[in-house]
Amino acid sequence: MTDHKGILIFGETLNDTLSGTAKEILGCGRKLSDILAEEVTIILFGKDLNKAAQEAIAYGADTVYKANVSRLDEIGSDFYIPDIEKIAKQVQPRIFLMSQTATGSNIAPRLAYRLNTAVTTDCIELGFDKDSGLLQQTRPVYGGNALAIFTSELHPQMSVLRPKVFSPIQPDSSRQGNIIEIESITSEIKDKPKILKRVIQKSDGFRLEDAPVIVTGGRGIGSIEGFKQLEELATILKGAVGASRPPCDNGWVPNSVQIGLTGKIVAPALYFAVALSGSSQHVSGCSGSKNIIAVNKDPEANIFNVARFGIVGDWKKIIPALTDEIKKRLAE
Amino acid sequence: MKVVVCIKQVMDPEAPPSSFKIDSGGSSVVLPASISPVLDLYSEYALEAALKIKDASNAQVIAVSLGVNLQRDVIKKPLSMGADDLILLEDEAFADSDSWTTAYALAMAIKKINDYGLILCGRQSADWGNGQVGLIIAEILGLPVVTMVRKIDVSDKKTIIERTFEDGYEVVEVPLPCVLIVSNEIGEPRYPNIRGIMAAKKKEVIAWKPSDIKLEASQIGFSGRRNNLSRLFQPVRNSKCELITGDTPEETALNLATKLRENKLL
Ligand SMILES: Cc1cc2nc3c(=O)[nH]c(=O)nc-3n(C[C@@H](O)[C@H](O)[C@H](O)COP(=O)(O)OP(=O)(O)OC[C@H]3O[C@@H](n4cnc5c(N)ncnc54)[C@H](O)[C@@H]3O)c2cc1C
Ligand SMILES: Cc1cc2nc3c(=O)[nH]c(=O)nc-3n(C[C@H](O)[C@H](O)[C@H](O)COP(=O)(O)OP(=O)(O)OC[C@H]3O[C@@H](n4cnc5c(N)ncnc54)[C@H](O)[C@@H]3O)c2cc1C
Repeated sequence: MTDHKGILIFGETLNDTLSGTAKEILGCGRKLSDILAEEVTIILFGKDLNKAAQEAIAYGADTVYKANVSRLDEIGSDFYIPDIEKIAKQVQPRIFLMSQTATGSNIAPRLAYRLNTAVTTDCIELGFDKDSGLLQQTRPVYGGNALAIFTSELHPQMSVLRPKVFSPIQPDSSRQGNIIEIESITSEIKDKPKILKRVIQKSDGFRLEDAPVIVTGGRGIGSIEGFKQLEELATILKGAVGASRPPCDNGWVPNSVQIGLTGKIVAPALYFAVALSGSSQHVSGCSGSKNIIAVNKDPEANIFNVARFGIVGDWKKIIPALTDEIKKRLAE
Repeated sequence: MKVVVCIKQVMDPEAPPSSFKIDSGGSSVVLPASISPVLDLYSEYALEAALKIKDASNAQVIAVSLGVNLQRDVIKKPLSMGADDLILLEDEAFADSDSWTTAYALAMAIKKINDYGLILCGRQSADWGNGQVGLIIAEILGLPVVTMVRKIDVSDKKTIIERTFEDGYEVVEVPLPCVLIVSNEIGEPRYPNIRGIMAAKKKEVIAWKPSDIKLEASQIGFSGRRNNLSRLFQPVRNSKCELITGDTPEETALNLATKLRENKLL
């Protein structure tokens, strides 16, 4: 048995609003807490969090700790750790959740160390072991070829959740909760890495993660010019262009559009997978898509195993024809 | 300056998915005899970062690897690429490690190396891919750590790092010693040249047993682990792909567009 109770969540904010991933973890946390009949607590950092705190309660939190910090955009992951560690030691949660973002994957193993526990990263499913009551954490391993279930006897039971896998609950603005303001102790850290410059490279149009349609090209596209053709199809569908890893490594597209295990995780309504083989590492990043449409000249390509619709053929012939056809239909 | 790089041996991640099998007990991967292991790709990126530092200064690059059944022709690749020394922590007792016991043993080895300036790890190993080992080493040794590193500039006592994040990059200054977690943006790992391969053949590896790095049996592998693998299995995929055909590309495109319309996807 354990004295640890409840579910603690580190929620990320974006311009002082609750991020999409924070809503997803709250959704997961709420489900677990309903099984346990225990409370959900979330920690938020930001400049002006009144709205975000209310939002968190609507999305399932019972208690919100908010740390008002002034220059969030200049703050690196390191700065969160002492505050979160302090709260986690106070709250003594049974379960501690965060999201597999740049920040989440950076701070989770370090917090686990400080809290004398273990963490399972990149989880796609959580449940309870019937006998022990311990959290069963499922994650893909071997690039998605296998799934592994981990359990730990240590508390808090810590999991980092893969984005776009868990669903938020329907927000309810009439839900009630406590909001507790905390004094941040971040200034006390010594020897921390110092950020000299921060460069935001926003691609215009959609953030890839939010695009409803993504046209993704693989090694078979072969050139920058090839990607221009995918761009045209993406534009008429009001979507964005993505890539498997080889096009990024070859400099045909920026690294920021890589989709997969070590790139972005996306789940659009429509995902065109063009001239890519569908390696397990790539599919890890797009398997949540509602409809995958594969175009590949090799009928044996693995991408056809995960696609809903497939065309076997040369993309250089198919994509221009499809672009023209869709243009026509949309003009009707 | 000593630059320590952590290198893992893994099953070849590019091996065809059909060759991937799990034992009947659901606890480990059956390694196909025909496919030889390789160095973890992100470990190689970390090594490339170390060798770039060596190119620009007189750094001593020390590779450290922990595992069981480390194949000499595979695991000596860091030496052929240009590392100065290779330390192997190889013992049956390291079987069934988790990220914590792996990091702990590596940290104890790094302590024994002593007088280190930089410790480089990959972002995520190609097999288990927890993305934890480097971060835990930093905690154990009480060092600052920077993740997602794509560029390293070392001068006296100061290191300037570029790290990538979702929407851009940061330039960060870190004091030495520190741990850096390297991403693929650092640049493709170099190929060993003939001279390097010959030199590596002759070079003796340094082998340390758990007792050499002050590890107790309770802190190693299965006994020391904090996270327990309870089950390993292959997901079932039931393909239901509908192939769209046509006599010409135009007809195929028309048929697909019609399908998308029918399903309200257009
Ligand atoms: C039979 C078997 C049973 C297992 N049982 C468990 C279990 O019960 N619980 C559990 O949590 N895990 C278990 N594992 C997986 C575990 O051994 C991981 O491989 C280990 O935790 C290292 O983590 P990682 O590979 O995810 O490294 P990551 O943290 O993803 O690696 C990042 C970087 O750290 C460095 N690195 C990682 N490992 C090494 C190494 N061995 N030597 C040198 N450098 C390294 C490399 O630079 C690498 O790029 C098992 C594995 C096997 C084969
Ligand atoms: C640890 C690790 C992490 C990784 N992370 C990622 C990741 O995040 N994302 C990722 O994508 N990869 C990742 N990879 C790489 C991955 O293993 C594959 O190597 C990669 O996804 C292959 O990309 P591809 O499908 O574009 O290329 P290939 O596998 O070479 O496939 C090219 C395909 O194009 C088809 N083709 C060629 N010409 C034409 C044509 N004219 N018309 C139609 N079809 C054509 C071919 O039939 C073939 O199927 C990772 C690997 C490792 C080890």
